[in-house]
Parts: sequence; C-alpha cells; structure tokens
Amino acid sequence: MQEAIIKRAKELLADGSVNRVIGWKKGEFVYDITPAVFETAEEIDADFVYNELTSANVSKYLVKETKKDGKVLVFLKPCDTYSFNQLTKEHRINRENVYVIGIPGGPKLDVEKIKAKGITGILNITNDNGTLKIETLYGEETMPFADAVSTKCENCKSKKHVVFDELIGEDGDITDTNRFEMVEKLENMTSQERFDFWRDQLSKCIRCNACRNICPACTCEKCVFDNPDLGTDNKAAADSFEENMFHIIRAFHVAGRCTDCGECSRVCPQNIPLHLLNRKFIKDINSLYGEYQAGEDTTSRAPLTDYTFDDCEASIVHERGAE
Amino acid sequence: MQVNENKDFEPVIVAFCCNWCSYAGADLSGTNRLNYPTNVKIIRVPCSCRVNPMFILRAFQRGADGVIMCGCHPGDCHYTSGNYFARRRMTLLFSMLDYLGIERNRTRVEWVSAAEGAKFAETMESFTADIKKLGPNRRLEDLRCRKQ
Repeated sequence: MQEAIIKRAKELLADGSVNRVIGWKKGEFVYDITPAVFETAEEIDADFVYNELTSANVSKYLVKETKKDGKVLVFLKPCDTYSFNQLTKEHRINRENVYVIGIPGGPKLDVEKIKAKGITGILNITNDNGTLKIETLYGEETMPFADAVSTKCENCKSKKHVVFDELIGEDGDITDTNRFEMVEKLENMTSQERFDFWRDQLSKCIRCNACRNICPACTCEKCVFDNPDLGTDNKAAADSFEENMFHIIRAFHVAGRCTDCGECSRVCPQNIPLHLLNRKFIKDINSLYGEYQAGEDTTSRAPLTDYTFDDCEASIVHERGAE
Repeated sequence: MQVNENKDFEPVIVAFCCNWCSYAGADLSGTNRLNYPTNVKIIRVPCSCRVNPMFILRAFQRGADGVIMCGCHPGDCHYTSGNYFARRRMTLLFSMLDYLGIERNRTRVEWVSAAEGAKFAETMESFTADIKKLGPNRRLEDLRCRKQ
C-alpha cells in the first residue's frame, strides 16, 4: 500500500498537478509517526510512511494548507473523509485547492496498548496474519493484533469514502457497529455512579489542550479557552468545576459537528475516554432529532442550527432512564 | 406540622428570563402583588437563545443551586425562532449534565408568556421547592467561589 501511495504522490508532484502532499512522516521511533507536508519527491522518498501506525487524521491541516497558493494532495482514510466533508460544509477548506485520494483505513494500532503489555524498547512492528511481531532491544515479542487495536478503530463506523477524487485500493461499506454500548452502560448507572466515573476520568485532565488542537471540528481561529478574560486560559484546571466545564464546553462546541473520528481520545496523554462525551451527544441527537451523521454530506443542516416545531421539551431528559 | 429537612438551607436560584415574555411575566406577577421566593435572582437576556451553555455552568460555578431558563412559548418568540434553537441546545446540555452525574432537576426550562404572571410565580415556587429538596449544589461547584 505504501509503495502505491508514494508512487502516485510522486507522479502528481512531477506532472505539476499538485504542489504539496499531506501525509505521514517517520519519527524518531517506528511508532511516533506524525502528519507532515511534503514538497519534493526526495522528501517523500526519505520520510513518507503509511502503515498500521499512521492513525492521525490529516484533514484539519487542510484548513491552513488550502489557504496557500497551489494545490494540495491529501491522502484520506474513510473516517477522515467525514471530517473533510464537514470542514468543506463549514467553508473551512477551499475544496478547489485539494486533490483527495482515498486510501484504505484501519484497523490501526495503538502503541500504548503494546507498551502496556510490558513490551519496551520497540524497534519494529510487523503484522503477520493477525499476530504482531515486535522486534525489541531485548529480543522478539509477539502479541495478537486484536489486542493492540486503537480505541478509535474498535468501533469503526465506516469503511466507505464519502468524498474522493481518486481511490487507491477498494472502497468499503458503512459498517454496523455498536458504538454506543459504553454510553448506554453509563446511562444505566445511577447518577452517583456516573458522577464517580467521570470524576475519576476527568480529574486526570492536565489541560494540555491536545484534544482541542487535534479535533477536526475545532477550527476557530480564536478559541473560547484562549480568552484571557476566562481566567482558565492555558492553565491547568484548578478544581473539579473547571475540569467539568472544559470538557462539557469542548464537547458541546462540536455537538452536531463531531464525526466521531476518535482523535480526541487517541491523543489524550491521560487516556481519558473523551469520545464517550461526544458519542453521548451523537446518541442524543440521533434519538431526539433523527439519525444524523456529521460529514456524510455537505448540504444537510446541522441539528443544532435547525429545529422543528414539535421538538421534545428539555424536561424529557429528566424523565427518561434511571435516576 | 410539616418537617423540612433542610430548614436552614436557602438556595440561590438563577433565572434567565427573555426580555419579551418571561421578564414581562415576572413584572406582571409583581404588579399583581403575587409572591414568589426571594431565592430567585433574575437575569434578563434579550432572547432565550442568548443563553450560552457556558452561562448555565458559570451560574453554578458562582454559587447557584439551581438554574432555570424562561422564554416565550414556542411559536411566540419575538425573534421568530430563537426559542426553538434554545430548546434543542438546552435539551442536549441538560442531558450532558445528567450524563456527568449532576443531579436531575437542578436545571429546568419553562415557557412563560408576558400574560402569565401567575404561572411565573407558581413555577418559581415549585422550582425553589425542588431545589430545597435536592440540597446545596456540591457536584458542580467551584470551591473557590464558596461563601465563607
């Protein structure tokens, strides 16, 4: 797959139809791959990489890149195409300046899950028919591929590219997953249990803002959390209220626009399951205002900028389910 | 004689009232000499749609024990559709607060028109009674803001 992608990127660069390529770049270690912009074939040959560890969603980089001169080539996994569509819909991406090539997606690996098994000094990771062969400084280790699958890929919502100019590999279908399982489990707890669960999780927050910075839906030039009048800008949360406030508001700002790409949870250095907050909003929107998948198209109205005359009243929230 | 478990507890309640209906409704309950609890502090907003979810959280932070949002009845909004948007927004916010384990009934949305002075007073009575039953807001409070 990587060879085909690199070949096509170099072709398009060579014939001048694109000026830049957004892809993934090797890091110091085999597992710290970062998104990068490539401008020459030499750079691509040296650093471009695409494998089971390239899980970053690169669509957000287009917000800045498409404002510059020239055309950008971007490689999007199926889940990234939803973010791309959502950004196009919000006029954040200049669609004319992008050439989208759809590439097959996950399941991707989460290196933290490998490290959690006590495997350290990782030099190389290869997938051999469902078994991971991990070369380390201390010899070779193996573990099942399924045990190291990234949380965001565990409940893959779609293998279908909703937007592309060209495809490498085959297009899949929308998958049928039970992604709300954990949300339902939480909903069925008592309010004290839920409170304890979230206190446990959110109190780990160090306010690094990684979830906000990675989020393809969070593209405000000036974020509410950077407002010096707020008193909490770029500061570690002072108490439980601030932790709650940050996460409620962060999730609320992307409600109805979140495509459930799972990047927030992936980048969280404290492993807070932030996607559970977003999924709660998605689940509520689906059940109260009709099924809606952000980023599926570029024309429909987002649920929070729309209404019907017979919407449910807010009290419905207090009437349903367990206390 | 009724036994009040929280005899000494006087909650602080913030009511966001839209300028055109609920605020006028509150005014009417005043001119009609109707009583409603003094725990209720009214904040006038141009439209219920002006109420940012952050306002609700801020009210809790600064020591409110309950927050109620009042607006024009659906269909009667001075700006045609403001309260429809507010309704969706508040539904999702309340659902999220519930999901995070904040007690139910600390938040409420009520539609009060300019002619419903009596309804305004009744609503505030019942909401204050609910909050008294729930007790002080401890799960969503900012300790730094607690009165000594």
